[in-house]
Amino acid sequence: MNFQFLFDNFIGLTVTGLAFGAIYALVALGYTMVYGVLQLINFAHSEVFMYGTFAVAWVFVFFHGTVASTESLGASLGLLSVALVAAMLVSAAIALLLERVAYRPLLTRNAPRLMALISAIGASFVLAEAMGLRNRFAAWVGLDDDLDNYVAKARDVYPNPVTIQPQGLFTVGGYTVKDVDLLVIVAALLMMVALDQFVRRTRFGRGIRAVAQDPESAALMGVNSTRVVQVTFLIGGLMAGAAATFYMLKIGATRQNAGFILGVKAFTAAVLGGIGNLRGALLGGLLLGVVENYGAAIFGTDWKDVVSFVLLILILLVRPSGLLGESLGKARA
Amino acid sequence: MAGTSTMNPVARARMRLHDGWTRQPRAVRLLFVVLLALFFYALPLMRPPILTTQQTDFGGIMFSSAALALVAVGLNIVIGYAGLLDLGYIGFYLVGAYTTGVLTSQHFQWPFFLVLPIAIAVTMLSGVILGAPTLRVRGDYLAIVTLGFGEIIRLVVTNVEWLGAAAGIKDIPHPPTIGPSPKPPFGDGGLFTIPQLTWDGLIPSIDPDRGTRFLVFGAVDAIPYYWLILTVLILVMIGDKLVKNSRVGRAWEATREDEDAAELMGVPTFRFKLLAFAMGAAIGGLSGSLFASSQGGYINPLSFPLLLSILFVAAVIVGGAGNRWGAVVGGVLVAYLPERFREFADFRLLVFGLALMILPVYRPQGLLPPARTIRAKAAEKEIELLEEGELAEDGVVASGTTSGMSTTDDETGEGA
Repeated sequence: MNFQFLFDNFIGLTVTGLAFGAIYALVALGYTMVYGVLQLINFAHSEVFMYGTFAVAWVFVFFHGTVASTESLGASLGLLSVALVAAMLVSAAIALLLERVAYRPLLTRNAPRLMALISAIGASFVLAEAMGLRNRFAAWVGLDDDLDNYVAKARDVYPNPVTIQPQGLFTVGGYTVKDVDLLVIVAALLMMVALDQFVRRTRFGRGIRAVAQDPESAALMGVNSTRVVQVTFLIGGLMAGAAATFYMLKIGATRQNAGFILGVKAFTAAVLGGIGNLRGALLGGLLLGVVENYGAAIFGTDWKDVVSFVLLILILLVRPSGLLGESLGKARA
Repeated sequence: MAGTSTMNPVARARMRLHDGWTRQPRAVRLLFVVLLALFFYALPLMRPPILTTQQTDFGGIMFSSAALALVAVGLNIVIGYAGLLDLGYIGFYLVGAYTTGVLTSQHFQWPFFLVLPIAIAVTMLSGVILGAPTLRVRGDYLAIVTLGFGEIIRLVVTNVEWLGAAAGIKDIPHPPTIGPSPKPPFGDGGLFTIPQLTWDGLIPSIDPDRGTRFLVFGAVDAIPYYWLILTVLILVMIGDKLVKNSRVGRAWEATREDEDAAELMGVPTFRFKLLAFAMGAAIGGLSGSLFASSQGGYINPLSFPLLLSILFVAAVIVGGAGNRWGAVVGGVLVAYLPERFREFADFRLLVFGLALMILPVYRPQGLLPPARTIRAKAAEKEIELLEEGELAEDGVVASGTTSGMSTTDDETGEGA
């Protein structure tokens, strides 16, 4: 119990907590949107995120090689934006593939929802293992020498070769806010607002809400529900790709199972805010990131995850449908 | 047979088998079941060609398959009967294992068979403690709460020094050996040696170098443990059958199908859900306790990853939630397949994942869905056909109606 540490570093803990929370929130969007539309937990979403992190690392390798070059955030901004686009594209492609291969065959057959869960777990294994075996696959086609930097040490931690040095921007209450944290928080918030407006204001957003509320009536009214589901997965993938970029910026390394725990956390964030609710995902993510950081300060880092799960259970006991427990379908324009 | 006309050939064959089975005299059925059980007791000694794993000890695989089957039967009560999606079942497994570890080795030296019921009671209590506040939460929220609970328990044992922290608990005693205990290098202990078979192609012969000492529990041979857990599994399944066919089992099913309706009809759903949770937890604790004392006698937090919890759920659903035989089949498959294909070492998880993806497409109800589900689906399809074909010939409609309406009231719909 180290409350003194918490009080001394309150602002610093809050800022880094918010940065992590923003990453959780971006991943949580994928869970919450798919849940809103299909009422199922997309267990493989964590792997969508994981592919994004590799896309970021690969972009860095492609432009810089594996020679460590330490640059400031400002100087790396160009590279970073290329990585962001690449990660979003890769994650979105994986998410669409997932929808096509793991979900649509089941949805068209009206399989029970639990079976879709099993299919998602299977897909999650396949995706993670495929990434863990990338050196073997490259060897099959005889490209392992050419791709050495990309496939090396397939199951080990894959470092981000370009370490971007965070620099202090300004000081609040004795804590110097770093550019990395600020960038992550602001960018994530902007994306959330954009997505929220997309769902609330556009024609497609209306389609998504209609399917979330009542799939059958929506279909009768001429909403192409297959297309809506696809777009849902696409958006989830895009957001996971963005989260992956920020994650690589903050953590700087990934591996084939990096998505698993983060996925559980992000899903926790989604449930915390009220699953199926976009703003809930943001609130849940930020809250989780901050509380977890405080908890780590008070009880020690070993208890960080315990704090977040205890928080989850406590909130669900008081509000069984999450903090903002209305669903995607009920959100009015 | 009502409703069979719209079933697919596999389901129809299964129904016919099921009906043929129920028509046999009780003695014949009993004899068959006893023979089947004997076959499974003898299986690790027979080491039949294709089934036997080459690179890992077959007895050990049989043990872990039976252990996972036991877990799946317990989880089936929670998921299959009561319809509560529990992703944190590993938590109960862990509680059972750690209770055993603490009481037999870490802080006390109590004998294993005294600790076993205590472990079950402690796990049951933990099931009630978790269930009492959380069972108000429904559906996927419950899934994530239980997942969180499993993680909390795992993180607690990782960090609490009193429970061995990351180092875990070692030297958990084996169950006592029946007969003289082994005194290497002179005596093997046990009552007598049962020889194992070895196969040359399809011709079996007795292997003089390999034998199992009867009921020596130790790190050397997993087969006595397999026998122990198979016995436990059989007892649990008998208990499971009795409970399922009782008022309690019907209350669970009513709750699963429609909670509000069940509540309105006077079923205290919360109490029954809690009961399902506690009973499932008790079986999880039982298997955890057996796991803790098995073979190595060593447990640490790494033995209980969250992934294992998800595999438990996969076992139940792959087998066919709600059918205890399905749970057994699912548990065995999930434990056995990755070991059987160890020659593909690196690729086995990939293949396992693919299998999990392909299965739901072709068997959306699981490998062995409960007989009632099959009949209900068939009846539903028949009604649908009738509604569509109302303008068709009257005769077809009439005969269809009579067969469609007389479904499943008198039959218990039990999976074979």
